[in-house]
Amino acid sequence: MTAIFSAKHSSSAQTDADPQPSAVWTKPVCLSLLLAVVSCVLFISLNAHGNWDFVIPFRSQKLIALMIVGYSIGVSTLLFQSLTHNPILTPSLLGFDALYVLIQSVLIYFLGTVNIFTHQPLLKFGLELLLMVGASLLLFRLLFTRSEQSLSRLILVGIVFGVLFRSLSNLVARLISPEDFVIVQALSFAQFNTINTTMMWVSLAVCAISAVFVWRWRYQIDVLLLGRNYAINLGIDYQALTLKLLVIIALLVATATSFVGPVIFLGLLVCALTNRISRSMYHSERLVLVSLVSIICLVLGQALFEQVLGMAGVLAVVIELLGGIVFIALILKQYRKQLA
Amino acid sequence: MPISSTATYIKPSKPKTKRSPLLLNALSMLLLALLILMSLSLGVADFSWSGLWQAITQQSQSDDLQLLLVSRLPRTVAIILTGASLSVAGMILQVVLKNRFVDPSMVGATQSAGLGLLLISLYFPASTLLGKMLFATLCAIAGMFVFMRLIKYLPATDILMVPLVGIVFGGIIEAVTTFMAFQTESLQMLSIWRFGDFSSVLAGRYELLYLTGGLAFIAYLLADKLTIVGLGDAIATNLGVNKQSLIWFVILTVAMISSVVVVTVGAIPFVGLVVPNIISRMMGDRLRRSLPAVALLGASMVLLCDIIGRSINYPFEIPIATVFGVFGAAIFLWLLLRKPKPQPPINEGT
Repeated sequence: MTAIFSAKHSSSAQTDADPQPSAVWTKPVCLSLLLAVVSCVLFISLNAHGNWDFVIPFRSQKLIALMIVGYSIGVSTLLFQSLTHNPILTPSLLGFDALYVLIQSVLIYFLGTVNIFTHQPLLKFGLELLLMVGASLLLFRLLFTRSEQSLSRLILVGIVFGVLFRSLSNLVARLISPEDFVIVQALSFAQFNTINTTMMWVSLAVCAISAVFVWRWRYQIDVLLLGRNYAINLGIDYQALTLKLLVIIALLVATATSFVGPVIFLGLLVCALTNRISRSMYHSERLVLVSLVSIICLVLGQALFEQVLGMAGVLAVVIELLGGIVFIALILKQYRKQLA
Repeated sequence: MPISSTATYIKPSKPKTKRSPLLLNALSMLLLALLILMSLSLGVADFSWSGLWQAITQQSQSDDLQLLLVSRLPRTVAIILTGASLSVAGMILQVVLKNRFVDPSMVGATQSAGLGLLLISLYFPASTLLGKMLFATLCAIAGMFVFMRLIKYLPATDILMVPLVGIVFGGIIEAVTTFMAFQTESLQMLSIWRFGDFSSVLAGRYELLYLTGGLAFIAYLLADKLTIVGLGDAIATNLGVNKQSLIWFVILTVAMISSVVVVTVGAIPFVGLVVPNIISRMMGDRLRRSLPAVALLGASMVLLCDIIGRSINYPFEIPIATVFGVFGAAIFLWLLLRKPKPQPPINEGT
């Protein structure tokens, strides 16, 4: 699986002969930054009809939420792909966000929706994050410790874990009172137009802190991409770095899921796009690029569907549709490469 | 004496593969009978067997008899037909595709049937149940056909790729369906088909399911030929079996069974996957021998899950799709994660 990464790596190094290999402000990054700014302006201004006093606070709140979601999903997926040396895997394909929904439902089951955390949503979010990190570390261990694991078995096991988590959340939803049932049901559907913004500032903080750490580790992650044995030989503390990255991934998945619910294919879609338009495999470029691409997809997509086409809730479905097609195309392409 | 030593070496494994299907089926039958009794006596409305007995012996109309005939018995029959036919559909699909990890919802059949059902409900809301079912079947066939074309590009060596692509393919069709339902404000209608539930089964609303029983029986009649198709192209050709028409038969059967089930009770995941895997582990893939056992166990498992769903949060009901989703996913995970059997020494190092 590293073949795809490394092949691209070497070919781009030969053809481009980049003088500054880890530069950030490359052409694709600048262009997508421009496009991101344009989509944000469009998102705020389309069909505003001059009601700025209402529109700007209302839409900018939503815009920030979409940007947080985009950043979280994009970066967590890219890190996960580097960690597993695989351009097809994503945390949500392996059931990580279904896991978060299950954690939320189980908490509601044991505590009820009106509970000690009602006046302290921060504490509740913190508890959820903590549980999520623990549970996803366990899941990751379970999925990745078997040495004879093939890629298809891994993804299939992950998807079925996702189905299991969803069925369990559903079971929990049925066992609680009807009022709580509505809340648990709402957790398990992806929605971009009704975003839960109570946790916005905390999530923003989570994103910012994670960004600082990931940015500091970017060269180590570059080395990680070469493969486990190379990374260890080059002096990377493999275990520790894996653990740190997994904690960040779990936090980001939880953040994104707490905003919009589980979105299975968005991460795959934006990472596939990023890998296509990025000139190098260096994380200093790709981390920025993947966040921007992800934000463009969400903000521009939502602006388009909500204001131009008048179909507010469709973006999630369209993303799942496109992402599914990209996934199948990636798999077929990979096999053609193996046969050749 | 080398010959006798090999003979004793082979011996212990022999009775394992030849476990008597008669005994197994008898046990299965007993279990099913027990579950049927439980299913008939479980429910919110008052129902007593003594009241029923009085009604029958004294030739008088009573509520108990009415309840049995209108609600309890149809529900139980519907469950048995659904479980048995879905399992049989899964089994023949697995044998013909030579892949243990597929079931009707992993080849796009169930999801395409749902899409077809939505389409006909939107454009021809006045059509009869039979018409809806026929159109859903056509869509299911089309969906499976596209899927068959798609998996031709996958390597034969990686059997898990087929269910993986199948799940994603089903997801794509479901996304299209959701999109259309969202635009036409019929999400509620959709969620009923997407989620198997026997609570709305009453006399007069489940009879289409008998069709699936008939299809499962035809599959049993063709069992030997289907087994031969499962042995491979060369063997099938040599034994004079028309492979193409049999594959069409399987596609048609699987599509019809899944669309009838979707139309009458909704989608139930994993039934066609888990049951055939259990049976084939116990008695192999000779369909003539294993199909009755598959049907029996399928009926028992769905019935058991329905009883669990009805009693766990009594008097409320948990849809069978949820209960079976939990059990089925757990069993499927076990199938995927269990340690592979130790390979014979020839394969070592490859």
